[in-house]
Amino acid sequence: MVTKKEIKQAFFIALWFMVLTFPIMVIKVNTIKNIVIFRWNYLFWIGIGTFFAALTWNYFLQLKENKQKTETSDDIPLVHKLLQNARFKIPFLIVLAIFFLVYPFIFPMYHTSIMISALVYVMLGLGLNIVVGLAGLLDLGYVAFYCVGAYAYALLNLHFGVSFWLALPISAVLGFLFGTLLGYPVLRLRGDYLAIVTLGFGEIIRIIMENWDSFSNGPRGIANIPPPSLFNIDLNQHNTVIYIYFIVIALVLMTIFFVARLEDSRIGRAWIALRDDEIACQAMGISKVKTKLTAFALGATWASIGGVVFAAKTSYINPMSFTIWESITILSVVVIGGMGSAIGVIAGAFVLILLPEYLRAVAEYRMLVFGALQVIVMVFKPEGLIKGVRKIYKFKKVEE
Amino acid sequence: MEPILNVENLTMIFGGLKALNNVNITIEQGQIAALIGPNGAGKTTFFNCITGIYEPTTGDVTITPPGKSSQSLKGLKPNQVTQKGLARTFQNIRLFQGMTVLENVMIGRHCRMKAGIFGALFHTHAQKNEEKKAIYDSYEILEKIGLEQYVNEMAKNLPYGAQRRLEIARALATDPFLLLLDEPAAGMNPQETKELDDLIIWLRDNENLSILLIEHDMKLVMSLSDKIHVVDYGKKIAQGNPEEVKSNPEVIKAYLGDESEDA
Repeated sequence: MVTKKEIKQAFFIALWFMVLTFPIMVIKVNTIKNIVIFRWNYLFWIGIGTFFAALTWNYFLQLKENKQKTETSDDIPLVHKLLQNARFKIPFLIVLAIFFLVYPFIFPMYHTSIMISALVYVMLGLGLNIVVGLAGLLDLGYVAFYCVGAYAYALLNLHFGVSFWLALPISAVLGFLFGTLLGYPVLRLRGDYLAIVTLGFGEIIRIIMENWDSFSNGPRGIANIPPPSLFNIDLNQHNTVIYIYFIVIALVLMTIFFVARLEDSRIGRAWIALRDDEIACQAMGISKVKTKLTAFALGATWASIGGVVFAAKTSYINPMSFTIWESITILSVVVIGGMGSAIGVIAGAFVLILLPEYLRAVAEYRMLVFGALQVIVMVFKPEGLIKGVRKIYKFKKVEE
Repeated sequence: MEPILNVENLTMIFGGLKALNNVNITIEQGQIAALIGPNGAGKTTFFNCITGIYEPTTGDVTITPPGKSSQSLKGLKPNQVTQKGLARTFQNIRLFQGMTVLENVMIGRHCRMKAGIFGALFHTHAQKNEEKKAIYDSYEILEKIGLEQYVNEMAKNLPYGAQRRLEIARALATDPFLLLLDEPAAGMNPQETKELDDLIIWLRDNENLSILLIEHDMKLVMSLSDKIHVVDYGKKIAQGNPEEVKSNPEVIKAYLGDESEDA
């Protein structure tokens, strides 16, 4: 239970926080009336709050340590256990399928629209998961490829009248090319250095779009991007949203399907080998150049497809949609969901995108909440919400 | 017959330090050779130079795979060297922690496989067959090494001795003609060392392999090796069979120090 030492520690943490937050929480300067208000009651509440928060933090930390002592670190997460069980898996998938099928018909358009953005983030998350989770390359400029996809559709449509369906494969190829383009200069970089260069790349793409007026219409953006067409049938706004919703569902299913296949392929194994040990990976005959480039290129492909959907859904894009915050949100989805775990990333996308939408009150503090969440996840569950598991190969008993 | 590995005048300089100084080593087909020397003598640097992790300052490394013509390894990347048929293990175990034992071995098969992105996405006929064969081959290697009971275990959860053996299994999966083992017996107990001794001899006799090992366990080195090369301060000071090396005054001096120096 709580020992004297812990109470003492929590007390000092509370004291420290009171000192630290004193200038912003207690002192309030009214510049019009030229008076300074001291809100001492705030100080009191911060002290009490931090004291108990510190105690809880400590409690959970100990709980985790005790747990580690008693069990091995490689227990399979509950979700995976359930999904491996056929008796549970099939009904579960049916319920899930029915839910997503009827969702746009029972909920108002607003909710469907939010669900579309969550599903787009699932795609983006799974794409970034290839780069960060599997290949272990920290990419902070992922939004650049999202931007490439969105602008590819918007510009091709504006100038050549290219339809949504044609824009999808074109931008996928473009994303692949841009991924390779970014991959080349950063082949030698790792860790922090890689993160900084990719961050720069993401910003460069955005700044180009903002300033190359004749090409991208600059900060005014591009408006009137048409939604996807359905055999020339005129759809009203509500039906269009429902239509896009089903397109996104199909794309997400395709992404899940392909990413799962990649993960357990020759290429996927090479990515994980590269993540786990770069030198051993090369010594085992894997080309670092090829492996890194395919990771960047394939990761970028999904982002680019996601960008097309985004442009079609919002019908208006400008460079402000593709800031560094977007990259960080996608990265949070991957890290909090579980690096290298497709199910984790999907769960992470729903949690991180849907929650702020429904908790409008905290939407302003979204980045603060993301940061706090990340710290909590890193301390208590470093492998993410749902840990990835590797494929189990079955062998027939070898007869003696 | 030409030696399968011929290292000539290999020199590696780091800044002002000559880690290797004109080292010449040859290895014959079917030989178990050992590279010994005190700590910091440059043994691992030698391995790194051959396998392309370092680019040697000067010197030539030529290989003659059995039944093929000679070729130089100059300027090749580590993965290209592995593809030529040199496989290595590491002094401090470098397994892929996040993968299962079988997948670790399958990584070794990587350079003998061809499937690309398209095959992976659409599971083409060729890709499926190749994958099946890789799984089968890898499992077979695990059986040979005696690790098949761990097949779906995460590599990081294996006991220490088994991790060392898994590194050898992974190296074997690349289809090498020369196996480079960097301190394979480090940290093993006498029982495990004995098993390793048997394994290495078995590999030479049944897998048609030649082996070059770095090792500090002198009992193992003396019982295993056909030929021993001794390096000290980056210089090769002796070579020969175990008996010759044991009685070589230079070697005794390198290991035990000179009497006059100690005074």
